[in-house]
Amino acid sequence: MTTLATQYAREWFGGVGRGAILCRDIASSLLHAKVRWRDVIYQMYFIGVKSQSVVAITGAFTGMVLCAQTAFQFHKVKMDTATLAVVSVGMGSELGPVLTGLMVAGRVGAAIAAELGTMRVTEQIDALRTLAANPIDFLVVPRFVATLLVMPLLTVESICLGILAAYIVAVFLLGINSTYVWYNMIHYTHTNDMLTGIIKTFIFGAIVAVISCDKGMNCPDGAEGVGRATTEAVVYSSITILISNFFLTLLLQRLLP
Amino acid sequence: MIIEVRDVKKSFGSLAVLQGVTFSVEKGEALCIIGTSGCGKSVLLKHLVGLITPDSGEIAIDGRNIAGLDERELMPVRRMFGMLFQSAALFDSMTVEENVGFVLNRERKSSPQEIAQRIEDVLDLVGLSGIQKKMPAELSGGMRKRVGLARAVAYRPQILLYDEPTTGLDPIAADTIDQLIIRVVEKLKVTSIAVTHDMRSARRISRRILMLHEGRIYADQTPDELFKSADPVIYRFVNGISDQEKEVKK
Repeated sequence: MTTLATQYAREWFGGVGRGAILCRDIASSLLHAKVRWRDVIYQMYFIGVKSQSVVAITGAFTGMVLCAQTAFQFHKVKMDTATLAVVSVGMGSELGPVLTGLMVAGRVGAAIAAELGTMRVTEQIDALRTLAANPIDFLVVPRFVATLLVMPLLTVESICLGILAAYIVAVFLLGINSTYVWYNMIHYTHTNDMLTGIIKTFIFGAIVAVISCDKGMNCPDGAEGVGRATTEAVVYSSITILISNFFLTLLLQRLLP
Repeated sequence: MIIEVRDVKKSFGSLAVLQGVTFSVEKGEALCIIGTSGCGKSVLLKHLVGLITPDSGEIAIDGRNIAGLDERELMPVRRMFGMLFQSAALFDSMTVEENVGFVLNRERKSSPQEIAQRIEDVLDLVGLSGIQKKMPAELSGGMRKRVGLARAVAYRPQILLYDEPTTGLDPIAADTIDQLIIRVVEKLKVTSIAVTHDMRSARRISRRILMLHEGRIYADQTPDELFKSADPVIYRFVNGISDQEKEVKK
């Protein structure tokens, strides 16, 4: 039991250490090497454009269900017109960034870990090194920069679609007055609520990129190794997003009251 | 001496793979490192180009100790090397042309026409003219190795490393690779180090053979001396005779 706990602790600290070293290498690469913008744009296309359907469906249906559930509860205390305000603040500061982060971790994190993992086990990363190309500059930085740039855009899209879908549910399905529901949403949603969500997206983007690249670059040999790296990239990214979201909420509440 | 390896030790966990390897290579020399599977030949080769860092010891390339250098400091040293990997390690998202011209395109020291010409020349050298637009997935194992060789020589490195160049190939394809290695060494006057357990290949492509055994250099001889050796370890390896007593004990 103790041995197992020690092994888990060693693996966890090892992972955190590798992540920290990777962050340092990325920072060093951004300072010393030219960013390969062609690769960044390709990755932005892959991460951003190809994630549209997943993010849009998640945002819209989360907004709809949140609206319906809030309206059912608020109806009991005759506060139906405050429904969209709850949806807007909830989507903007919490659900939008977290769910987009989880969706990107599932779709993009898995793809990054599998691609880099396959390159590692087929010696393509070693080949890059022997050709005097730094894999951090060539493989990691474009994915990191692209994820960081695309995450806020995807999150804003998810929030907007969530609010729009919630508005449709509130007004056309539940029959809530459209003027009051819209007015209350504008009145009770503050800039800081949205800013909190946007700041979180950069951090969640960095979490997905760093964990997925680390898992891919340090993938164990063989098909099983690539499979394990892919699974771990998704699981660790998702868990880290959920845990860090709580602490970020507390911190940003202090900084942006 | 273009390469000097002094008392290099490397362990993976409790497994001591290299236990004090020392040898040197002169400029223009054609060398082969042989040994049983898993004895650390590829690990030793990867040390030379800085893909693996030794636990202790020195590796001097053109007089500069590379042990302990970071990725960025290693880049100019690696520019001296070309390496043919066991699996060829072609970038599967790039065409043959992009693979072969990888370094030239990155350095941008030549015009696109000059780069295209160089790619054509090296593909011609390995006998694969006209496949520039093909993807690695469309090539056979032997063709992939030849493209890997073309990529390794395209930017005219000073030292060529071959990791098991003939492993997994049929005898005809293996012979083609051997001939190519000989042609490249003669034509480009590069230092060549090959790791193999294919004795026929080792005899043909090298002028000196090092045998790695139990983590150390066990023999450092010419191919003829090695093939005539009466030493039981060398004799058994060269002639492919297993140690029955040891096998039974295992």
